[in-house]
Amino acid sequence: MSDHSKSSPLATYFSVWGALLLGTFLTYKAAQLDLGAFNAAVALIIATTKALLVALFFMHLKGAHEKLLKLVVASTIFFLLILLALSMADYGTRFFPTSHLWS
Amino acid sequence: MSHSQSAVPNSSQDVHSPALLHHFATEEQQRDASSLGMWIFLGTEVMFFGGLFCAYLIYRLLYFGDFAAASRSIDAALGGTNTAVLICSSLTVVLAIWGAQTRRRGVMLASLVLTMLFGLVFLGIKGKEYKDKFDEHHVPGASFSFEHEEVPGHPGQYANPRHAQIFFALYFIMTGLHALHMVVGLVIFTWLLWAAWKGRFTPEYHTPLEIGGLYWHFVDIVWIYLFPLLYLIDRH
Repeated sequence: MSDHSKSSPLATYFSVWGALLLGTFLTYKAAQLDLGAFNAAVALIIATTKALLVALFFMHLKGAHEKLLKLVVASTIFFLLILLALSMADYGTRFFPTSHLWS
Repeated sequence: MSHSQSAVPNSSQDVHSPALLHHFATEEQQRDASSLGMWIFLGTEVMFFGGLFCAYLIYRLLYFGDFAAASRSIDAALGGTNTAVLICSSLTVVLAIWGAQTRRRGVMLASLVLTMLFGLVFLGIKGKEYKDKFDEHHVPGASFSFEHEEVPGHPGQYANPRHAQIFFALYFIMTGLHALHMVVGLVIFTWLLWAAWKGRFTPEYHTPLEIGGLYWHFVDIVWIYLFPLLYLIDRH
């Protein structure tokens, strides 16, 4: 709070906004290229980068000092990954003789 | 910034902000408690949407070609425009908080109004998209029809309408739930605008703007994932 008068965070906000718009444009363009299985990977990498920008700079996770808050965020991500990774470990391998992934 | 003096309330010289509730030692502690509560709520929201994303991933893995054909029938330009609209609304949210922090009442009020306008534009575009899907009989149910739609990259091979229907069910549930969150966000921001108009927010106390903003940004993040996953499968 003490740095309000010294430096304005506006430059950061507008840079992040520009980066998010650029990311949206890149997602749209990347989807039109034929990258095979990497299309989904590229889309998810761009989306996660955008989500991180929003969380770190707009939601002020960057510079958050409270340890409890960090614990809440870390455990949220951890449990989401458990949900997705363990489900995929099951469904992603269950149908492999007929799955399009292997044909 | 030191709170060591104010951390011990002194009944005779206790001249703190009227916004500080008596069970908190400092304004900073009060703000951190509110913010933590919001983050815990957002954690439950992540798991809530996470279940739907998980269902989406499983069916996409199983019926990729059908999902790609169904995804292509959605107007990606509308979805892309909506992504940009939401990103702009997230910018105006942080500008509103900045306005409150720097005592710029005009910036704060204008940013709140703009945020709500962007939210309404988003819902309007969404409505147009839904109307197209109703016109094309792509809404799951008795009148659903998805016949003779080619699977991208496989000429002559048609998508299975039953599998495409699963895609559209997920599409309507996920975007519908997201749109419901937007409506709730608009209600919250209507209240924030009213409170800001009344002069309730100062550089020292604007916690409602901050936690309302956290919610709005979270809804933005959900859309950041929904856009490529639902609108951009196999577009080349």
